[in-house]
Amino acid sequence: MLQMFKTVNVDWLKHRAWLIGLSVALMLAGLGSAIVRQATGHQPFNLGVDFKGGTVITVKFKQRPTDDAIRTALTSQSVRDAIVQPVTDKNDTVLIKLPLEGETSSVDAGRDQVRKALNNFGTEAQPNFELEADPSAAYKIVGTDAVGAVAGAQLRNKAIAVTLAALVGILVYIAMRFEWTYGAAAVIAVFHDVLITLGFFSAFQWEVSLTVIAALLTLVGFSVNDTIVVFDRIRENRKLNRRDSLYKITNDSINQTLSRTVIANGLVFLSVLALVLFGGDVLRAFSLALFIGVIFGTYSSIAVASPIMVWWEQRIDAANRAATLAYNRPTKSGVQSAVKTSARGAVASHAAKGSPGAGRA
Amino acid sequence: MKKKNLLQRTIIIVVVTVLGTYAVIGPRRKPTLKDFTWSGIKSTLRDNIHLGLDLKGGSHLVMRVKTDDYLKELTTSDTVAAENAAKEAGIEVKQTKTDATPGNYRVTVEIADPSKVTEARDAIQKKLDLNDTSMWTYAASGGQLTWTMTAAAQRLLAQNATDQALNIIESRINALGITEPTLQTHGAQNSHQILLQMPGVQDPERVKMLLRGQSKLELVHVVGPPSPAPSTTYSSEEEAKASLGGTVPTNRRVLPYKERVERTGNTTDQKNQDKPTRWVVVEAPAIIDGTQLRTATAVNSRGGRSEQYEINFSLKKDGAEKFGAWTGSHINEYMGVVLNSEVQSIAFIKSQIFDSGMIEGSYTKQSAEDLALVLRSGALPAQIEYLEERTVGPSLGADSIRAGVRASLVGLSLVIFFMLIYYRGSGVNAVVALVLNMILMLAGLIIFGATLTLPGIAGIILTIGMAVDSNVLIFERIREELHTGKTIPSAVDHGFDRAFVTIIDTHVTTIVSSLFLFVFGTGPIRGFAVSLVIGLLVNLFSAVYVSRTIFMWELSRKRKVESLSI
Repeated sequence: MLQMFKTVNVDWLKHRAWLIGLSVALMLAGLGSAIVRQATGHQPFNLGVDFKGGTVITVKFKQRPTDDAIRTALTSQSVRDAIVQPVTDKNDTVLIKLPLEGETSSVDAGRDQVRKALNNFGTEAQPNFELEADPSAAYKIVGTDAVGAVAGAQLRNKAIAVTLAALVGILVYIAMRFEWTYGAAAVIAVFHDVLITLGFFSAFQWEVSLTVIAALLTLVGFSVNDTIVVFDRIRENRKLNRRDSLYKITNDSINQTLSRTVIANGLVFLSVLALVLFGGDVLRAFSLALFIGVIFGTYSSIAVASPIMVWWEQRIDAANRAATLAYNRPTKSGVQSAVKTSARGAVASHAAKGSPGAGRA
Repeated sequence: MKKKNLLQRTIIIVVVTVLGTYAVIGPRRKPTLKDFTWSGIKSTLRDNIHLGLDLKGGSHLVMRVKTDDYLKELTTSDTVAAENAAKEAGIEVKQTKTDATPGNYRVTVEIADPSKVTEARDAIQKKLDLNDTSMWTYAASGGQLTWTMTAAAQRLLAQNATDQALNIIESRINALGITEPTLQTHGAQNSHQILLQMPGVQDPERVKMLLRGQSKLELVHVVGPPSPAPSTTYSSEEEAKASLGGTVPTNRRVLPYKERVERTGNTTDQKNQDKPTRWVVVEAPAIIDGTQLRTATAVNSRGGRSEQYEINFSLKKDGAEKFGAWTGSHINEYMGVVLNSEVQSIAFIKSQIFDSGMIEGSYTKQSAEDLALVLRSGALPAQIEYLEERTVGPSLGADSIRAGVRASLVGLSLVIFFMLIYYRGSGVNAVVALVLNMILMLAGLIIFGATLTLPGIAGIILTIGMAVDSNVLIFERIREELHTGKTIPSAVDHGFDRAFVTIIDTHVTTIVSSLFLFVFGTGPIRGFAVSLVIGLLVNLFSAVYVSRTIFMWELSRKRKVESLSI
């Protein structure tokens, strides 16, 4: 049979300082990019109209004029600050972006002015005709997105709130099925993935639109999925090999699931690569977010979630052991007895979840 | 026992597959043979799957009802009414005041004689609905009476205004004959937003104008000497006010009067220029207002011989009686037709008029029809403003579908190719499970009447990823079990059982977070959550139940299993 890995025996946790260091460095780089941009008077993120407000008009031409010609025509109709952006994978289509005017919350698509400007190049196709079906027409407005300031802020806040709510849901479920330390580690790992992906968006100034939020949500699902596979193995191995330390069990579990990780995530990676290459401009931002997300979602299960979980569990263990010692010795102060009771609580909760390995190691 | 189990499983799978496939490609009527040709299936598929506006093309409008304006107007008119009520009861009013800032609406009436406060309160509350303590908080100090609108009342009234606006917009949309519009309240309850989606509408300008159209119609008495003297008009607002002695008393209004000329086409044409605005003084309150309107229709001004249109209207029974009585006692005087606080036409009353009238002016056919429609649907309680407008042309939507489908297919074929090479015979299991997953997922979307959007396609792509992952988890686990020296049937059993725990955990976690997205998310995010949840539920069936049944079937064919293609 074809097999990628015969037996793998890598001590992943030995390298945790390096791995977490790399993650922190990447997060800081992304954060740095956002802060530097903010400080130099730029926008930290290239927010699309969905979140910033403004208008995007998509125009399809039979013969596309040069960007400068379009800009000149727009200026002659006193449409100022317009950004003319050709669509990379369709050379007959242009996006005209207009900023939000003033502080008004209401939108006016600015269609009429743009239309007047474009009439310099010929007439627009009839409303219910495709451009090709109208021989006398030179262009057609095929799409408009106009979002007012209020709606923009609303969409932005909602997207953030919903993502956080989803993370809390994940935390609670994993805490129920595993331990709350596992849940926290998984959520920190997902948070890390989202932050790094956003860092890339800030550094390269890719546009953040509603579809990017959909991609981030996809990535949250993917990353948690990947982390749970490893955690599930750890839970199983702890029941089977009660004498082994959590450190060894975690390493073994990562190694045992490695072939699955490489195959399954490799396939998802290939699909996302297909999306980047063939998905076209409409899906470009979405595909890029997923592309980065898949890489870091895989990475974070091994390099972020597992070390954090091990570190946390070991701390709890140490506290438990200290508490047990304190319990056996005669207590001298109230402080010790406080430690004792809280640590006992922790032991009790571990025992209740049926993972007795926690108290041993 | 095991044989029976296998038979039962096979029957369930076949039934589900057949039903699912029919849900996807079968028509929602009695099928004919033609429905099962390639083009027949394609057209049924188009009917069955509800595409979102981003894929199908259409207009998406989010509007907000300016409820603050509504409450302000309400408070202002209550102040006027309170003053009138006090005066009618013979109480001298020193001054009145209206506070109307967002969150704070108050009517203040100050009377000259503080000893008459109770009398004034009773007189005012008898006439007005200010005595409802859940709506207004009453307070008095000295000669000053105040009514403050409670927070609950503000919420309730604003909500009512939004609901009313929604109904009116609905009747306007229906009158326009737009197919399959979606109209609903949007966002948080106190945001007073309305979402309108119109599939297939590419240029929503006319709809936008029409929805925003104000239609406050009033018939008023124009102050001035009776006919044959011409109606009294003034060349400026100041002049009109001066005729009233400088200040406008509460029973008079000064309104602009513009003979309406519709600007059609060339605006530089001299004939198309508006005539200068004149001003008239009219009596307040109006004789009749728009609530008494029964119908309004656009008619050609000269019986079809011109391009000009005007609007005929008729009144309801109660309004007609009131109007008839009033016109009967005011023959030879002037009345005005006021639309949105602008006098449209002034007519001299020749004889008693009961139930019909006319808004003159030169309208184009479309603007006259639109105005008639707006009048018929009733007045909006408050103005609306547009917060969000999106239009997607059908070609742009089709491009998105093509890009999404192409990318999904490339991804899917890569996956299938790899699974067949790497897992050989068992790879077939995975492919069958994957294809079944796609079919049943579409069936689920169709059965639940869910809408497929661009983020929805993203959900499908994540589902493909998780479906493959389930298979890989199971297969890798079976291989591991084989390595430990287990027999093939036992390895398969163990592999499925162990992997199942993981699969349940990954799926439930994702479903839990998707439920949050569905409950709290807006349109596009919801579309993502819906297709993901359906896809994952289906996957538990296809990747675990179906795949395991195929293994069971394979193993049951041989008496002694010596090899497994995995």
